[in-house]
Amino acid sequence: MPIQTRRSHDGQCLIIEIEGRFDFSTHQAFRDAYEHSGAKVSNYIVDLSEATYLDSSALGMLLLLRDHAGGDSAKITIENCNNDVRKILTISNFEQLFTIR
Amino acid sequence: MDESAAENVPLNILVADDSDSDRLILKALLKRLGHQVLDAANGHEAVLHFQEGAPDIVLLDALMPSMDGMEAARQIKRLAGERFVPVIFVTSLSEPEDLAGCLEAGGDGFLSKPYNRLMIKAKINAFNRMRLMHQALSDQRDLTNERNRQLLEEQHVARRVFDNVAHTGCLDAANIRYHASPLSIFSGDVLFASPRPAGGMLIFAGDFTGHGLPAAIGAMPIAESFYGMASKGFDGSDILREINQKLVRILPKDMFCCGVMVEVDFAHNQLGVWNGGLPDIWLIRSNMEQYALPSRHLPLGILSADQFNAEMEAVRSQPGDRLLLMTDGVLECANREGQLFGEQGVRNAIESTSAGSHPFDVLMGSIKQFTGQQKFGDDLTLCCVEMVEETGQATLTEEVGLSTLAGPSQWHCDYEIRDNTLGEFNPLPLLLHICMEVPGLRRKSGEIYTLLSELYNNALEHGVLRLPSDWKYTPAGFDRYYSERTKRLNRVSGHYIRFSFQHDLMPSGGRLRVTCEDSGQGFDFQNHPVLQSIDVAQSGPRYGGRGLALLMRLTESIQFHGEGNQVEVVYDWFF
Repeated sequence: MPIQTRRSHDGQCLIIEIEGRFDFSTHQAFRDAYEHSGAKVSNYIVDLSEATYLDSSALGMLLLLRDHAGGDSAKITIENCNNDVRKILTISNFEQLFTIR
Repeated sequence: MDESAAENVPLNILVADDSDSDRLILKALLKRLGHQVLDAANGHEAVLHFQEGAPDIVLLDALMPSMDGMEAARQIKRLAGERFVPVIFVTSLSEPEDLAGCLEAGGDGFLSKPYNRLMIKAKINAFNRMRLMHQALSDQRDLTNERNRQLLEEQHVARRVFDNVAHTGCLDAANIRYHASPLSIFSGDVLFASPRPAGGMLIFAGDFTGHGLPAAIGAMPIAESFYGMASKGFDGSDILREINQKLVRILPKDMFCCGVMVEVDFAHNQLGVWNGGLPDIWLIRSNMEQYALPSRHLPLGILSADQFNAEMEAVRSQPGDRLLLMTDGVLECANREGQLFGEQGVRNAIESTSAGSHPFDVLMGSIKQFTGQQKFGDDLTLCCVEMVEETGQATLTEEVGLSTLAGPSQWHCDYEIRDNTLGEFNPLPLLLHICMEVPGLRRKSGEIYTLLSELYNNALEHGVLRLPSDWKYTPAGFDRYYSERTKRLNRVSGHYIRFSFQHDLMPSGGRLRVTCEDSGQGFDFQNHPVLQSIDVAQSGPRYGGRGLALLMRLTESIQFHGEGNQVEVVYDWFF
């Protein structure tokens, strides 16, 4: 499974881990990961430490997650990006929408 | 297909055997199974019957006089072409070499003599299943091919419709070089260029997420907004705001458009640049100095109108400078080993550009060399615009001939913008629109726009914002000028700019009188060098010499009133 999810101990944070290529092929799995997460979740972490690549449809999926999590009030952190992934997020200026670390 | 039903359908079977008795036995057996039978006594006859009767399955004896089974099989397979007609050898041969020879000649299987009714029935059914499967596959392939052909045809028609909306504008101007695939619209890339009413150009390059029809549909309203607004005198920021808002409204949440807007102002030797999500724009100066202008904004179609920042970065320029813009496709070109051309590839190419070579050719050459291919994919868009002297540039085609509808000829109009609106709103398209109602002025839209924008920009930048125009003549001053401009635009409360228009009919045409008044301190117009003599055209405390000289050239008269904060120009047009 290229996408794994787990909860923080208090259950309020949903951590989505993506492995390998984060592109259109993971679309459905990524949606499933957050859509059935229940109402208790108040913030999200997208962990890209195992992601090797990210394309524009992945950026679109991150926007979908942001919309699902409340749009402008969404609390989403994208973490552990490799240099290539980080570069793509930077060119698109996604740090204006997400916390990237 | 229902298999049992298929098996019960009578088949047309060709039997070739030189032994009359064997042939009769086989024929009788097959008939009893419900099939129709064509029979031949040698290979030659078998081939003839095959051509006339088009049987579904062929049973061949291997050894026959006047063309043996092997040769008959070869000819029958050749005649069948793409149609799969099972050829089964009926034989008493048992040597592996002989049997292999039958298969090599095109045979699909064997039936050994003497005949067994059960085996014949099973073999015929098995080969019929294979035949039907082959048939279904080729039908599906034909259908797929046909659908694909239809799709391509539809894309070509859609492309023609798109071309009518997104006509190429002034992409063919002498100072623009570009590469864009004719079908790039279906890969999500767009490239537009339009001349502006007062001279200069606007260029937009965009790259949609996704491709195919959704990208093409998203591109349509962008083209309409871009060309419609550019020709009406809106500036790059206005158009970006409009495009962003439109895309936010129409696109699904996960779709957006990375884009670059470039405002090219030949008259003032200035570039305005906005980059939201596309690779670095490269500025290559005529002296070979190179600068990257990176993406500083989110792509279009994500942020709501109140969060969207459409501010363009002002870049000082001079004739011979070149600006290179590109979509992701350039960086994503891959060589045979799967390595990407990447940012480094672009950087290397640009750094290797020498004085005699064109950066567009150098970069295209580098990509070709890297990929080892002469042709590019659909999603590679590259455009290079060169700063040139203003004369000889493409301008909006002036609508020739007076409209049959007589527009307003005797009218007066006052328009004032105040306070924060000064920092947020560009009134020029609206003012131009009012003047364009007069058919005689419509033919002169470029001149009117120039006149209005010179008056407005002077009133705003030098009157209200009190920015000294001589700052713009040094590189450091230029940056200071624009950062101060942005800062001071936030402190305009209490200020105003007032336009007053008066239009009258004259025996030979019409006269437009425009007065522009601002709340600034004015200037000493009595002693302004340009007002003494047009030849002295460099700096001035308030009016850049160039703008004032331009106004003097365009109008019948120019007068300053009050403290110099009120300018009145008279513009005449003729039938």
